Amino acid sequence: MRLDVILRVTTKLILPLMIVFAVYVLFHGDYGPGGGFQAGAIAGGAVSLYALIYGLGATMRIVPVAVVEALVPFGVLLFAGVGVAALLTGGNYLDYSHLAHDQVHGQEWGVFLVEVGVFITVASTVVAIFYAFAARARR
Amino acid sequence: MVLLGLLAVTTIGVVRVRNLFAVAILSSIYSFLMASVMVLLDAVDVAMTEAAVGAGIGMVLMLSALHLTKTDESRPAHTPLLPLFVASVTGAVLIWAVTELPSFGAADVPVHIAGPDYLARSLRETGIPNVVTAVLASYRGFDTLGEVIVIFTAGIAVLMLLMRRPVRGGDADE
Repeated sequence: MRLDVILRVTTKLILPLMIVFAVYVLFHGDYGPGGGFQAGAIAGGAVSLYALIYGLGATMRIVPVAVVEALVPFGVLLFAGVGVAALLTGGNYLDYSHLAHDQVHGQEWGVFLVEVGVFITVASTVVAIFYAFAARARR
Repeated sequence: MVLLGLLAVTTIGVVRVRNLFAVAILSSIYSFLMASVMVLLDAVDVAMTEAAVGAGIGMVLMLSALHLTKTDESRPAHTPLLPLFVASVTGAVLIWAVTELPSFGAADVPVHIAGPDYLARSLRETGIPNVVTAVLASYRGFDTLGEVIVIFTAGIAVLMLLMRRPVRGGDADE
């Protein structure tokens, strides 16, 4: 590791902020700008930044490849699963109105779960592609 | 106007500069300028996406791709006439298509009928103050599901192309 101390310290400072901001964007997407896609991009960027500064091996110990690659389809399945849940509770596919005791709550739950699905897919896809590039470069 | 001018300058820079590292930085700058334009247009969601994906992720991926290849663009092997022709024809078709668009600010176009409708309905029906989120995730759930599947497919495709290693644990040699 020939990276100098400024990069490492700066990364340590901004990395928690990035992750908190990603979660904030995800959960606050109902009220302000943002949502699953943006949050996923920020979270994926945070992991990539860590990998750029601290090396691929250290990152893969925290965020294993197998987990990342399992999360990519999991997000899609969560999204589609919310649709199926809407079917089972008596609505149309991806109609969240019946997911909870009243329509507004159902919509909030449905939108939230869908955003989480988008977040998981986007973040893990970004990290998976980054891993693929980086692992190839290392050989 | 200043931003659009800077955008044009950056684009010319991307085309002219032959050092790919500089091109990567320039396209990141382009993304940030584009994000600023989106903020000016009150499209904060789009601006956020552009800044995070275009300037952040795109930059990282371009740099890691550069790590695999040379950093200087090689001279083109063919004359640029055919690509120039294709680009001009495509551009001409697009400009011709613009003339078919409804005139700017016309009241009877779908966006001015559906937009106020969504604005009036979404808070009452979904309880979500951010209309963009409500439209994306609830009214247009199918669209968003399709987008997620596109991202998923793209990710899988890149992973298959790059087939990173034989299965033996990534950090055995670390």
